[in-house]
Amino acid sequence: MNYDFQFGPVFEAWPQLLKGTWITIELSLLAMVFGLVLAIVCAWGKTSGPAPLRWVINAYIELIRNTPFLVQLFFFFFALPALGLRWSAHTAALVAMAVNLGAYATEIIRAGIESIPKGQIEAGLALNLKRHEIFRFVILKPALKAIYPALTSQFILLMLSSAVVSVISADDLTSVAANLQSQTFRSFEIYIVVALIYLVLALGFSGLFRVIYARTLNYPDRR
Amino acid sequence: MRSFGFPEFLFILEAAKWTVALSLIAFIGGALVGLLVALARVSENGLAQRTAGVFIQIFQGTPLLLQLFLIFFGAPVLGFDINPWVAAGIALVLNSGAFLGEIWRGCIQAIPRGQWEAAEALSLSYVARMRDVILPQAFKIALPPTVGYLVQIIKGTSLAAIIGFTEITRAGQIINNATFQPLLVFSVVAAIYFVLCWPLSLLAARMERRRAAALAR
Repeated sequence: MNYDFQFGPVFEAWPQLLKGTWITIELSLLAMVFGLVLAIVCAWGKTSGPAPLRWVINAYIELIRNTPFLVQLFFFFFALPALGLRWSAHTAALVAMAVNLGAYATEIIRAGIESIPKGQIEAGLALNLKRHEIFRFVILKPALKAIYPALTSQFILLMLSSAVVSVISADDLTSVAANLQSQTFRSFEIYIVVALIYLVLALGFSGLFRVIYARTLNYPDRR
Repeated sequence: MRSFGFPEFLFILEAAKWTVALSLIAFIGGALVGLLVALARVSENGLAQRTAGVFIQIFQGTPLLLQLFLIFFGAPVLGFDINPWVAAGIALVLNSGAFLGEIWRGCIQAIPRGQWEAAEALSLSYVARMRDVILPQAFKIALPPTVGYLVQIIKGTSLAAIIGFTEITRAGQIINNATFQPLLVFSVVAAIYFVLCWPLSLLAARMERRRAAALAR
């Protein structure tokens, strides 16, 4: 092997890499928030909504879970604008990520909701809590606690799959890497550094999720 | 300008065989790597355990797309000649190996301690213990999540389109560039993936339910 590794051009581009990293973090965080809200609504609909609503939610979940994220992204970026909906690559990427996460998270949260014993809900009723209070405090919070590890690893998978949005040039970390690659031709060095940044992001997110758990869900329960 | 008709549909459908071929390579290769990784993770050898741990951390902690780029753009740097076929194959094998390894480690560890101890008390060798006692039982537990993971592999092969491998997604892009009917083209592309993946998803869910019912008995 006579290859001369040159990381200089990669490190010289640190302001671009930093900006790309920030956009990846921003896209991921926003998609996590929107995806979680969407998933909570869908999980509620799937467990206690009327039948037609349940069919719609099921169709949404199955469609998203059985097609690749890349195709969903193309759909949001190329197909919907053909119908007259104009949006930027950034917005299309965010919507595709949130819609994708929403489907996976719905199934995870639904499993959590179904693990709540009936007696607990009846106890809430006996305490004269309102319907939304029961859903929020008696069902949702313990459900989220029960499925927290599965949910957060899905969040991290989403952050990693956000690399795919670079194909529509959404200015994320991988787009920056692809641009640098075409300017400097140091593809191997660039992709090694960027892969390491993603690894650090994945570890960072899992640390963040541990802190959030300790602050919000770390209360004693009977399990 | 061309419009989307039956020949265009056939072009995309024909590309599905490359998606299936790549998925099979990824699954078979990934299963071999995954078995090694899972065995290393549960072994008593500290070095093997840590090596497999680092392997999993790297492949689960970085995007599959970046792994694909690193192999596709990195191999020429290291002096290997590579085409999109080989790059996609290697990236998908290693990636599925890490994920399957981690799934199967859980299944192996789910076998009750007593089974391990009984095998040891019978003075079975490591190979006999694994082959005749642990792995057959772990196999039953592993089947539903493994079928489920197959869906992830099929969807993962779509990324090979980005390095120019003509499977379903790339065929869709090519047709879209010729017809400018993205709504129709990408609906067809999504539908083909759905037809490939949905039966597997249903099968995995059914196997999982049957296993849960068998356990509840």
